[in-house]
Amino acid sequence: MFEFFTWLADVLTYDIMGIERATKLADAIHFFIEDTSKIFFLLTLIIFLMGLFRSILSPEKIRGYIEGKPKGVSYFLAVGLGAVTPFCSCSSVPLFIGFVEAGIPVGATMAFLIASPMINEVAVVVLGTVIGWEMTAIYVVTGLLVGMFGGWATDFFKMERYVEDYVWKIRTGQIVTPSYDTTWKGRIIFAWGEVKEIVGRIWKYVFIGIAIGAALHGYVPTSFFAEYASADNLFAVPLAVLSGIPLYSNATGVIPVAEALLGKGVPIGTVIVLMMSVVAISIPEFVILRKVIRIQGLVYFASFLALAFIFVGYMFNALVS
Amino acid sequence: MKNVKVLGSGCKKCQQTADAIQKYADDNNIDIEVEKVTDMAEIMRYGVMSTPGVVVDEVTVHAGGVPNDEQIKAILA
Repeated sequence: MFEFFTWLADVLTYDIMGIERATKLADAIHFFIEDTSKIFFLLTLIIFLMGLFRSILSPEKIRGYIEGKPKGVSYFLAVGLGAVTPFCSCSSVPLFIGFVEAGIPVGATMAFLIASPMINEVAVVVLGTVIGWEMTAIYVVTGLLVGMFGGWATDFFKMERYVEDYVWKIRTGQIVTPSYDTTWKGRIIFAWGEVKEIVGRIWKYVFIGIAIGAALHGYVPTSFFAEYASADNLFAVPLAVLSGIPLYSNATGVIPVAEALLGKGVPIGTVIVLMMSVVAISIPEFVILRKVIRIQGLVYFASFLALAFIFVGYMFNALVS
Repeated sequence: MKNVKVLGSGCKKCQQTADAIQKYADDNNIDIEVEKVTDMAEIMRYGVMSTPGVVVDEVTVHAGGVPNDEQIKAILA
């Protein structure tokens, strides 16, 4: 059903713009048009559909589910629920405080905060459509495992000592569950509002990602990656992870870059960890979390994740080759 | 006069919520004063995890998004 977007890109690139086929410019423009039209179409569709059914899960309900569970179970629940709960990073702080105050281990809270941006329904559908469902399944499972590991490591190394003191002193009132207008009219208004809000927030990342992907696709020769980013080069995985740390993008924005890299024969492990590093270890998110966690805690936390990503990258490159 | 507190860390939605409530009150001649609460400890004390939240005369009446006109009507009733 997505051939339409390939056809659209064919017509616009070769017929309307009259660019000669199989040139570098044509490849890059074709990639840009196909991905822009396809990804924005999917974004709008999925966010709208999810918006219609939003009242199913909220962070308040999740807090109720995880509260009082044994640690091992709490990590599992936190990443699983984090993956399916839409939540905006501007709510990270109240969510963190709300979870910790309910006696949920800091580790499970962090596991939730790792998994939530990395795995979400929008990224999963776009990833599946653009680069295939097998790769998507690997991405999702890896994301869940890394989230659980991050949670476990947070508790194992007693990271709760880096939580700001004031957090422990907060006593919340009775938690208010958000009330939603559940009539169809209310749902549609809400869903359309979500589309405008989310697309308005992330379109820049998506555009930049597509532009980088198009440039890689059109202008960087496959031999370049074969030489520098093959599985034989042991530095490729750590380099991919490290370069992802200062870079930040929304999960959807990084997909076109991954698509182009895979197309150039870069090994799957290297691509997956680059994506995860870009999305999960981000300066904007850490600036927000700095309100509740001291700087040493954040440095340790970023280091756990980076090490976990490097390990995962090597593992996949060894398994799939 | 009703005291309305809009709870939120200062994101765009919180501003929209404050504006929407003020506008509704002005249009319907309801006498309110709108105050913004950005301190996290205080927000949590009102039991709000999903911002923006709305508190009217110290009672939390709304959480988790910009309220629409119907909801504002209920909030200020």
